[in-house]
Amino acid sequence: VQIYLPIADIPVNVFLVLAMGLAVGFLSGMFGIGGGFLMTPLLIFIGVPPAVAVASVTTHVAASSFSGAISYWRRKVLDGTLALTLLAGGILGTAGGVALFTWLRTLGQLDLVIGLSYVTFLSVVGVLMVAESVRAINRSWRGKPAELRRPGSHVWWFHGLPLKLRFKRSKIYVSAIPVLAIGFIIGFIGAIMGIGGGFLLVPMLIYLLRVPTATVIGTSMVLIFVTMTAATVLHAATNHLVDAVLALILIVGGVIGAQFGAHAGQRIRGEWLRLLLGLLVLSVGLRFAFELVLQPDDLYSIRLVEGAL
Amino acid sequence: MRYALASMLVLAGVAAAGPAAAESLVASLTNHQVMVTSNYTGTELVLFGSVEQDATVAQHGPYDIVATITGPRQSLRTRRKQRVLGIWVNTAARTFIDPPSYLAVLANRPLDAITGADNRRRMQLGITNTPLPEIIHDDIGEVSNDPFRAALVRLMEERGLYSEASNAVTFLTPTLFRAAITLPAQVPIGDYDVDVKLFADGNLIAHTNSAFEIVKVGFEQFVVNAARDHGLLYGFATAMMALLTGWIASVAFRRD
Repeated sequence: VQIYLPIADIPVNVFLVLAMGLAVGFLSGMFGIGGGFLMTPLLIFIGVPPAVAVASVTTHVAASSFSGAISYWRRKVLDGTLALTLLAGGILGTAGGVALFTWLRTLGQLDLVIGLSYVTFLSVVGVLMVAESVRAINRSWRGKPAELRRPGSHVWWFHGLPLKLRFKRSKIYVSAIPVLAIGFIIGFIGAIMGIGGGFLLVPMLIYLLRVPTATVIGTSMVLIFVTMTAATVLHAATNHLVDAVLALILIVGGVIGAQFGAHAGQRIRGEWLRLLLGLLVLSVGLRFAFELVLQPDDLYSIRLVEGAL
Repeated sequence: MRYALASMLVLAGVAAAGPAAAESLVASLTNHQVMVTSNYTGTELVLFGSVEQDATVAQHGPYDIVATITGPRQSLRTRRKQRVLGIWVNTAARTFIDPPSYLAVLANRPLDAITGADNRRRMQLGITNTPLPEIIHDDIGEVSNDPFRAALVRLMEERGLYSEASNAVTFLTPTLFRAAITLPAQVPIGDYDVDVKLFADGNLIAHTNSAFEIVKVGFEQFVVNAARDHGLLYGFATAMMALLTGWIASVAFRRD
């Protein structure tokens, strides 16, 4: 069944978009990521203009992460204090990222910067996660006890920092400074790449702050839903590019998928979950890398000029 | 200026043919308004017309019809990628000033068989003779044999937005003709001009114009207006919709 999207100005197959929403929603519920880095390229692939895709995906991500956050909150695997602290850093980071975004646009190399940052972040994070989780899985196969998480076993130099906070739900006692810094980095990169940043936040919380995997996902969802809701409103108010019809179809698929994903995520062991997320992130990163390195089918491309002479 | 010159030439052509003109051209479209609704997936309009003959004057030979459909104009940028340090980067670009967003040239036989090269160039007949001015340094001009222009035409043809068909016009009788105008789903909203030219023995002997518009109606129009005129409100409404749907889903799928 074809339906015409009023803002994107193209007809799409409802079931195709619904299926994309379901699939990305499932992954987002399972891994605690927004899924923007998966959904945006998919939409562009089926013909949605890139700017409309980026803007509408923020709405989709807001809905699926909100739905996911509620179900994690019910299971009490969500750290409210940690989420609020990250958010404070995230807001500052978003402002900084938007400023850099504007500056890069005046230089005319925004596309390249976005492409390169996708490749860099996705590949690096993907490789690190795969390597770490494979080590963890190896350990458990050899029958050695899983690495016990000792209280306060986060990265050593965080110890010396002031402003220590106790994040009860995450069972960590750590300075607020690295938490704010992580929030800032996520907000900053998210604003430039047009993504929620869950795929960066999850490994940072796990490896830098040693937050338990279960708590990380719920907490990351809170941060993503707040920033993406704000992004929806900002995109709609400034660029008028949010396609509500497209967003609604994605949301219906996404929230249903996220519910199943959240249940599936609870059943899989932490290291396997990290391995799967790592492989997913790495494969998307490699796809972007191939796009930059391989000779394109068509060297030419056309694009509408906004507000031409 | 270009248009003024072109229309002067066309008028001159008609005037030159004037005394001998035994024919006039009548053409109409099946529909003058295409409504874009939620199930819109592109459409087809039929242009039909007839050559009215004045029985008292000698008739011309077999007729040829060339119909040109031009969509709303919008500036486009053609970019070319080049390998820099191992990665493909957009290095060169040209901006085309207001090329038509849709261009269909429909005829009953190949254009070069209908009229000579001079006529085709003067009357801007066919895609190759359609002016596509671009920005060159600080100036605006036409570049023939330009790879950027060729790429623009090729990419637009791939999207079904530019087309030239030498078999699209069918004569049902020697004087009655019809032509199908195919509008793919991604054609932009706006006003479309239809220009129909009648040729005989390589000369223009009559021409006529028609037009149609593509408009969004109902819910689609409402969404577009809301997004454009009340962006902040629209954003809040969309965000609320997202959160509400998320909440409903988490309630509906609650298992604990």
